[in-house]
Amino acid sequence: MIALLQFENVGLRYGIGPEVVRDLNFSIAPRSFQFLTGPSGAGKTTLLRLMLLSLRPTRGTIRIFGQDAAELRKDQLTELRRRIGMVFQDFRLLDHLTTYENVALPLRAMGRAEESYRSEVVELLKWVGLGDRMAASPLVLSGGEKQRAAIARALIVRPELLLADEPTGNVDPSLARRLLRLFVELHRLGTAVVIATHDLHLMEQFGFARRLVVGDGRVAIYDGAFA
Amino acid sequence: MNATVSQIPRAKSAPPAFSGNVPLIPADSVAGRALVVVIAIMTFLACLTAGAAMLVSKASQDWRAEVLQDVTIQVKPYANDDVEAVVAKAATVASQTRGVAGVQPYSKSESERLLEPWLGAGLDLSLLPVPRIIVVHMKESGPDALARLRRALARDVPAANLDDHRIWAARLGVMAQAIVALAAALLALVIVALAMAIGFATRGAMAGSKEIVEILHFVGATDAFIAKEFQAHFRRLGFRGAFIGVSVAFAFFLTASALSSWWANSPGGEEIAAMFGAFSLDGWGYVALAAVGAAVSLLTGYLSRAIVLKDLQKLQ
Repeated sequence: MIALLQFENVGLRYGIGPEVVRDLNFSIAPRSFQFLTGPSGAGKTTLLRLMLLSLRPTRGTIRIFGQDAAELRKDQLTELRRRIGMVFQDFRLLDHLTTYENVALPLRAMGRAEESYRSEVVELLKWVGLGDRMAASPLVLSGGEKQRAAIARALIVRPELLLADEPTGNVDPSLARRLLRLFVELHRLGTAVVIATHDLHLMEQFGFARRLVVGDGRVAIYDGAFA
Repeated sequence: MNATVSQIPRAKSAPPAFSGNVPLIPADSVAGRALVVVIAIMTFLACLTAGAAMLVSKASQDWRAEVLQDVTIQVKPYANDDVEAVVAKAATVASQTRGVAGVQPYSKSESERLLEPWLGAGLDLSLLPVPRIIVVHMKESGPDALARLRRALARDVPAANLDDHRIWAARLGVMAQAIVALAAALLALVIVALAMAIGFATRGAMAGSKEIVEILHFVGATDAFIAKEFQAHFRRLGFRGAFIGVSVAFAFFLTASALSSWWANSPGGEEIAAMFGAFSLDGWGYVALAAVGAAVSLLTGYLSRAIVLKDLQKLQ
């Protein structure tokens, strides 16, 4: 089975500074579930950005969906990004759009007509508990609602790979567990999930998950109890 | 939220207030409003230049048509000639020539009165060989009728000279063409300045919308999709600016036309009317001004699209 993402001796440095991550060797398999963890500032977000190819490694090879990222043309990269859902730590919702329009954005970017995706978006918003907040601006949403809207935007294209950066960082423990169950449900439906978090308590509740622990610029891998 | 995707019933219809076509680039911003004002001013100036060029061109055509419609026969008073007889003969020959609509011989006193602006009134000009003038109104201003008249006069009245004002009319035409060319150059300058303003505004909007561009890229939008969004945004701004500019230009020319009609009987008004005609554009003139506005609107959209595409390609 071809890995969705494969890192081979990947290193990254900014300018002439030291390598912030180095000798990364791991892969993300289809339908897998993993936490990306480590102390704050260890490089979790950098690693997620490398996975999303918004950062390019200064050495090594990243293969994404079987293709060498260094050889991708821009249009190919766009196509591949449509197979990845990304939940940003700071949500990155567009404040001048409604919740519905934010969640529909990836489908609109694909060139689909609004009539063709309206019911899908409404259904998903109800699923994440934002059925009554569809017409609201992100400016008036609570932290948890923004988080769920960001997750819904990442899920709307039914991605093969979901990357989430601290998706429970802005919500109370109860909502964090509910959001995690959302990711588990998505994983059950066939999506590979990578969740960056430093919440050990939360990870312990999902002991089956694989853990990628970032520290000192390297990644150590611990397979989950039931992985 | 506890339900699974398969358990959620599909929505029958979407609630109101949703739109799939809401602009992804925020419509209102200080920079956007400033650009609308700049486009409005530039469009107004472009319309003013185009309108002035059309007025001068039309007035020049009217002048030349008028000038070429009338030709003058000059009869010089030689000592041995009976001038009155030569004038009468020339008038008869002219009136019998095909293509001539009317003949108006000037009497001796009328001819002398033509010199009053230069020599003053009350002088005895009987000793001066003042040429006699016959004004001939042509039915047509083409060269055939004039050639016929010239041949007839050369054959029957050799003492008469025909002045068809063509050299003067040609100079007038050159002057009008120069004014039109100058207006075209000014129009080009206005368009270049407008294009530069749009370029600055587009890059400013891109810088201000960096976050939006980044998010669109992350959700799988192509450069062409993003550029199209910017194009739509700037076409809207361009349309608003152009609409204001063209409306003000319409108001300007309609007011100028009304004022010129009002002043038509005053000495100053006559001079202005002689220069610019009635100072009013015809229907096609207003269509041309609207076309300038439409062109500005489209130019704004396409130019911003091209700039955005170019800049996005550099982002690779």
